[in-house]
Amino acid sequence: MIFAASLAAAVVIVVLSATALALWYERKLAARMQTRIGPQFVGPIGLFQPVADLLKLVQKEEIVPMGADRVLFALAPPLTVIFALAAAAFVPLWPGVAVVRSDVGVLLVIGFGGLAMVPVWMAGWASFNKYALLGAMRAVAQSISYGVPLVLAAMVPVILAGTMDLDGITQFQATHHWFGLWPIIPGLPAFILFLLAMLAESNRIPFDIPEAESELVAGVTTEYTGMQFGFVYLAEYVHTVVGAAIGSVMFLGGWDGPFAPGLHWLLLKTLCLFTFIYWIRWTLVRLRADQLMTLCWKWLVPAGLGLVFLSAAWNQTGWSR
Amino acid sequence: MDGSWFGFLAFLLVSVISVGGLIVAAKVLGVRARGKSLLKERTYECGEEAEGPAWIRFHPRYYLVALFFVLFDVEAAFFFPWAVAEKTLGWNGLASIALFTGVLLLGWWYAVKKDALRWQ
Repeated sequence: MIFAASLAAAVVIVVLSATALALWYERKLAARMQTRIGPQFVGPIGLFQPVADLLKLVQKEEIVPMGADRVLFALAPPLTVIFALAAAAFVPLWPGVAVVRSDVGVLLVIGFGGLAMVPVWMAGWASFNKYALLGAMRAVAQSISYGVPLVLAAMVPVILAGTMDLDGITQFQATHHWFGLWPIIPGLPAFILFLLAMLAESNRIPFDIPEAESELVAGVTTEYTGMQFGFVYLAEYVHTVVGAAIGSVMFLGGWDGPFAPGLHWLLLKTLCLFTFIYWIRWTLVRLRADQLMTLCWKWLVPAGLGLVFLSAAWNQTGWSR
Repeated sequence: MDGSWFGFLAFLLVSVISVGGLIVAAKVLGVRARGKSLLKERTYECGEEAEGPAWIRFHPRYYLVALFFVLFDVEAAFFFPWAVAEKTLGWNGLASIALFTGVLLLGWWYAVKKDALRWQ
């Protein structure tokens, strides 16, 4: 009991501080890619920049726009953070240990990922602003569309490992092979599909149409000020960090690694995936709304189905052992 | 199992406390304007006067997306039990799920031909 509670507290705190660090890391990375220096004045090499940002946001005045649904308006931003965090509870940290070990871990993680969309819609609806509502509508449409390839891509490790327990999947990868690398045909494309769908679910470039500033002002965050805005922003980063962790658990062997398996491998892989996601973000341009939907429904969904069948066939060939 | 769900409760509690702490901090530290300003509370539409209510009507394409989502997500939910037991079900299980997917793909093909999947 005490172990479970302190582990839970530790995971929440680590994820939140990792997210704060990720804010700094992303800005530094982006700056390097654009031959700038990035934050450098607050603390050594700008490390305390997220703290300064937080302090600034906390001091701002909170404004509730006229005609807004006050209850939903106030509730939505904190809920985005809580739902985005929740998926982290199922990530296996080292062999046999997660905050929650569940036999249907994959399903729960996907479920909480989908739930994260509800407060975004709440925020858009409650703001009483056309741009916020349009942004929310786009975000929901995009998120539920890309939920389908996400589920299909996540099914590939489930089929290959024969379990929905996230720790079971990692253990299978530790004793056999990492699914992102082998079997190369359903494995690697499924990993890429998973990354794409995850990027789209967390509304990142090249899939950040819900907050395309040239069309929609700032999407759902248009009417939010101060910390309320900060929560929505924070949730996006938490979503990316947790998503990167889940991606490395399902496709890159999680805590498995040479020498000593453990938490450090999971963190290293998460960092690599996170870097990759932001590398994409600062390289590619945004897709158009119609291109985005076409890509999902005409290409990614059938591709995902194909990968599911390929991995099932791989299981049957007998090379899997 | 009970122990681990207790862990999840603790997890939720800690995250609610951290988020709640930030809300309280914002309430305490946040500045507040003295008077009530109607201008400030106006709906922000880039300086233009907002016309009509914000809760506007939407293009039916959103409705179509919702329909497809329900179709494919229910299908994916049906897939999961098969996916877990795939190794023991063998080619037989694969054939039956292929038949199921075949019916679904017929519907998908119809939707493609009807141009329902295009975001016009």
